[in-house]
Amino acid sequence: MMPQLLKSREAILLAAILALLAIIASRFPAYVEPGNLINVFNDTSTLIILAMGQMCVILTRCIDLSVAANVALTGMVVATLNTLMPGLPVVAILVVALVLGACLGAVNGLLVWKLQIPAIVVTLGTMTIFRGIVFLISDGKWINAHEMSAGFKDFPRMEIAGLPMLSWIAVLVVICFVVMINRTPLGRSFFAVGGNPNAAVYTGIDVGRTQFLAFTISGMMAGLTGYLWVSRFAVAYVDIAGGFELEVVAACVIGGISIAGGVGSVAGTLLGALFLGVIKNALPVVNISPFWQLAISGSAIIIAVAFNAQSSRTKGRVILKSAEHTA
Amino acid sequence: MYVSPDVSKAAIALMTDPILSLDGITKIFPGVRALSDVKLDLYPGQVTALVGENGAGKSTIVKVLTGIYQPEEGTIRVDGQETHFPTAQHAADAGITAIHQETVLFDELSVAENIYIGHAPRGKYGLIDTARMRRDATELLDRVGAEIDPAVPLKELGIANKHLVAISRALSIDARVVIMDEPTAALSQKEIEELYELVDRLKAEGKAILFISHKFDEIFRIADRYTVFRDGQYVGAGAMADITEDDLVRLMVGRSVENIFPERNATPGEELLQVSSYSHPTEFENISFTLRKGEILGFYGLVGAGRSEVMQALFGITKPSGGTLTVDGQVRQIRSTAEAVEAGIVYVPEDRGKQGAIIGMPIFKNVTLPSLDRTSKNGFTRLAEEFALARTYTERLDLRAASLDQDVGNLSGGNQQKVVIAKWLATEPKIIILDEPTKGIDIGSKAAVHAFTAELAAQGLAVIMVSSEIPEIVGMSDRVIVMREGRMVAELAGDEVTPETLVRHAAGISEGSA
Repeated sequence: MMPQLLKSREAILLAAILALLAIIASRFPAYVEPGNLINVFNDTSTLIILAMGQMCVILTRCIDLSVAANVALTGMVVATLNTLMPGLPVVAILVVALVLGACLGAVNGLLVWKLQIPAIVVTLGTMTIFRGIVFLISDGKWINAHEMSAGFKDFPRMEIAGLPMLSWIAVLVVICFVVMINRTPLGRSFFAVGGNPNAAVYTGIDVGRTQFLAFTISGMMAGLTGYLWVSRFAVAYVDIAGGFELEVVAACVIGGISIAGGVGSVAGTLLGALFLGVIKNALPVVNISPFWQLAISGSAIIIAVAFNAQSSRTKGRVILKSAEHTA
Repeated sequence: MYVSPDVSKAAIALMTDPILSLDGITKIFPGVRALSDVKLDLYPGQVTALVGENGAGKSTIVKVLTGIYQPEEGTIRVDGQETHFPTAQHAADAGITAIHQETVLFDELSVAENIYIGHAPRGKYGLIDTARMRRDATELLDRVGAEIDPAVPLKELGIANKHLVAISRALSIDARVVIMDEPTAALSQKEIEELYELVDRLKAEGKAILFISHKFDEIFRIADRYTVFRDGQYVGAGAMADITEDDLVRLMVGRSVENIFPERNATPGEELLQVSSYSHPTEFENISFTLRKGEILGFYGLVGAGRSEVMQALFGITKPSGGTLTVDGQVRQIRSTAEAVEAGIVYVPEDRGKQGAIIGMPIFKNVTLPSLDRTSKNGFTRLAEEFALARTYTERLDLRAASLDQDVGNLSGGNQQKVVIAKWLATEPKIIILDEPTKGIDIGSKAAVHAFTAELAAQGLAVIMVSSEIPEIVGMSDRVIVMREGRMVAELAGDEVTPETLVRHAAGISEGSA
């Protein structure tokens, strides 16, 4: 049995990314030099990490619009913590970021699970609440580079085997998600809950609890990103990662995660994020205004969704006995 | 025994010409002959009761009448003119309208809009004339004796009033034929009386009414004629005045159940499940029964009698408000499906599309979904074990698929059913609940499901089979519990299990009333 990696959608997306790189390389060969590609990947790392969490949520037929606000809040909290206790080791900071992010995600999950509020409403609300809390904590002020300790700022830039720590963390996160999605009962239940919530209930899966766990995981990834974002750019303020949640959802959708739940793969999500990352980094190189990036990623989403709708439409029902065996 | 107060009325009725006449109607679905050479006549100013068991073809004929299905053979005559209804609109234009069990109206629209949707009165510039629509709606509602404000949204009305709105709608399009499909199923006694009065009024206006019901008292109360279908075939018709309840039951169920069910001679073993005084605030009350190893316990009743609801409570989908459940001598509290599976109870639901298989998932993942604990090690699933487990149980059920890695959505209905059953067998349950196991599958597959059910029982599994098909209940069950309106009304065993007794208890006909 071949892994899902070679399923057509992932293959098409990979081909699209390679074609994109080839076109850019034909005019700006410097773009495809290894050093630059590492930069592109490093730039896309935060998107990849957030998209992995978002993927779990969307698989269960929900959506998490609060991820970017979660990034800003966790980022502000760890940055404040750093200014108050400069001696705190990075490991402790990471634990705080992961736990705080997970707690914020759990709030979303509990509201969806226990009060049965639609996820889009819940996370729209918490998105605003989280941003509001950032303002309350910081009083609207920025925390700048000179207020942060060196250890705090240097962690994401530490290079191991030529790759910055930020990229290594993204790689590690992807590996964890590959294992979780494909090899654990929890990963399987994400697909079951999104694919057919009714049947999942009848199978003995607690739909609400599964969605709660998806939100918690998404929140945990947002918390992790919160620290990485603030330390990498060495600044924390209210509007950090403003609107980034849409880019995260876009990466998932382009990567073939069905917004109706139950369909998708880690490889697809990774490629979806990389696709957006390549475009985003190429635009300044080919001298197109970054504002075009919004239009281009918007178009990519629509094309991806249209492609999804098309591929599910051509299937039809299987009535013929003979079709059953060839399918 | 019913003695007609007015025999001559029936005789006179027979002399009128029918408004609508169906003859030789045959409707075939892949693998199933839903209707085979049936006839049905509807007369002006008369109520014709259409009587038959579940699966007799009543809903199919309604769909033929309303243009939703096109029959393969046969003729439809309106006022003696041969015609056909290629679409629902054609049937509506011919003055045929149906009021369904669950009324198909729009909750968010007002009563007046519901009555006139699709044919609202137009005013200037082709815009809807709301004032006139309100006026006309008030008039129509008065005609059916309903005190409803046409301006309120439909969702604020009770079921009885929604029926009245549906009937007003029928009048607004000047229907000549009104089909009522179990209109009293969800009504209170008072509302039912009001409906009868309305039917009388519609009769007086010369409408031809087709009345579908399982309740014998109301059939004898309001119908002038009857037509009986059995297994998609016409069995008889006549004036209500000329038939007794007993004869009607006999026509409905036929003489004998054909001997196509698997031989079963294993004796049930020790008692496995005890349910006592199970109750639910709104769905059922005081359900008590026992189940032995290797036994097949049938649950019979009309649609909506509460059988599936009891099963869902046993399986932890809903929570009972009282009562106890004992499995293998151990009292169990079942608050979730996971706890039910742990107690050894599994449920193969009726609606397999919605509640059974996860269409976008491969066969093997569907099968192992509730058994992942057993195929996992240290919290990680192991593909080889999963495939082995899935293969064991799908082979036992003779599932035909190219590969276990194939999506369930690519399988036929019968094979999807097998995936769902394999999923549950893989959990090695003690008690399996099959809810309408042969609904919507062809005759060949039915026999396979029956053989397989018998085999499960022979292997010592305790089986609860909910079914609305009398032959299946009679042919398969060791004992049968009959439910009516949320209560157990009979527990039958051995020779007591006959089609007649089942129908009597389910429909609430008292013993020896004829």
